[in-house]
Amino acid sequence: MTMTVDTNSTPQFHLSEEPHHPEGASTMLGFWVYLMSDCLIFAVLFAVYAVLGHSFAGGPGPKELFDLELVALNTAMLLFSSITYGFAMLEMARDRVKPMLIWLVITGLFGAAFLTIELTEFSHMIAEGATPQSSAFLSAFFTLVGTHGLHVTFGSIWLITLILQVLRFGLTSFNKRRLMCLSLFWHFLDVIWIGVFTFVYLMGMI
Amino acid sequence: MSTHETHSHADDHGSMKTYVTGFLLSVLLTVIPFGLVMSGGLPNRDLTIALVLAAAAIQIVVHMIYFLHMRSSSEEGWTMITLLFTIVILVIMLSGSVWVMYHMNTNMMPMTGDM
Repeated sequence: MTMTVDTNSTPQFHLSEEPHHPEGASTMLGFWVYLMSDCLIFAVLFAVYAVLGHSFAGGPGPKELFDLELVALNTAMLLFSSITYGFAMLEMARDRVKPMLIWLVITGLFGAAFLTIELTEFSHMIAEGATPQSSAFLSAFFTLVGTHGLHVTFGSIWLITLILQVLRFGLTSFNKRRLMCLSLFWHFLDVIWIGVFTFVYLMGMI
Repeated sequence: MSTHETHSHADDHGSMKTYVTGFLLSVLLTVIPFGLVMSGGLPNRDLTIALVLAAAAIQIVVHMIYFLHMRSSSEEGWTMITLLFTIVILVIMLSGSVWVMYHMNTNMMPMTGDM
């Protein structure tokens, strides 16, 4: 063994200096990990819906309540908002602020249209007496679809905030990073919606 | 440094071509299941369910690749590892819940409607 031990210095069990990373280098990965944890929230809600989705308590079932044309329209809104956000990201990569902002506003409008349609659907259901309290199926339905709607609501608030940030401070590296995080969030919500329209709406109507 | 950044940015954002490809594929994979179900479904109910589920599964992968720009190499593979970990947890939890609750329901004492 040729190990030499310097008896004079005390052993160090930590890094004497933090490894250097460029500012914000870990943000995207961190945000991705957040999205994965959010994915688990939705997985739990999907599991609840799978278990309780057939407990109607004598109340109305999916076939009486769901309007697939409305859901198809809603799906289109979210899909359009996904691609317009993508176009905004392409403009951002070219540092073209104005077209980027226009695409972001269009994305926000599609998001608002999605929320309006969803709330209309909810209010129709509640007006017909299909409230979250009336059966386990409806509790699970409103929790799952409502949580997704809540995510879209907060995504929209975030979007408006970032539009104002860019207007005020320009397309700084901070704002670019924030816009990329929101991009992940927005596309992620569209992925969750695929699960919602497939498992809740389409499977309920087959 | 700056060239590297622009390069990775271009990677992250995809291109017009990837977005439009992803969008068209998504439209196709949305129209097929909606069309199937809204037209009353195929005579074989199980086949309809299988097709709807397959379309959803493919569309999720399409979104991952074309909109979220997932690659096995992004963030030195860490995004892929966290994704796979999430999928493992997700599958265990979903299949476990459905399995356990199904057996609990079938082993319940039979109840009459007026109880």
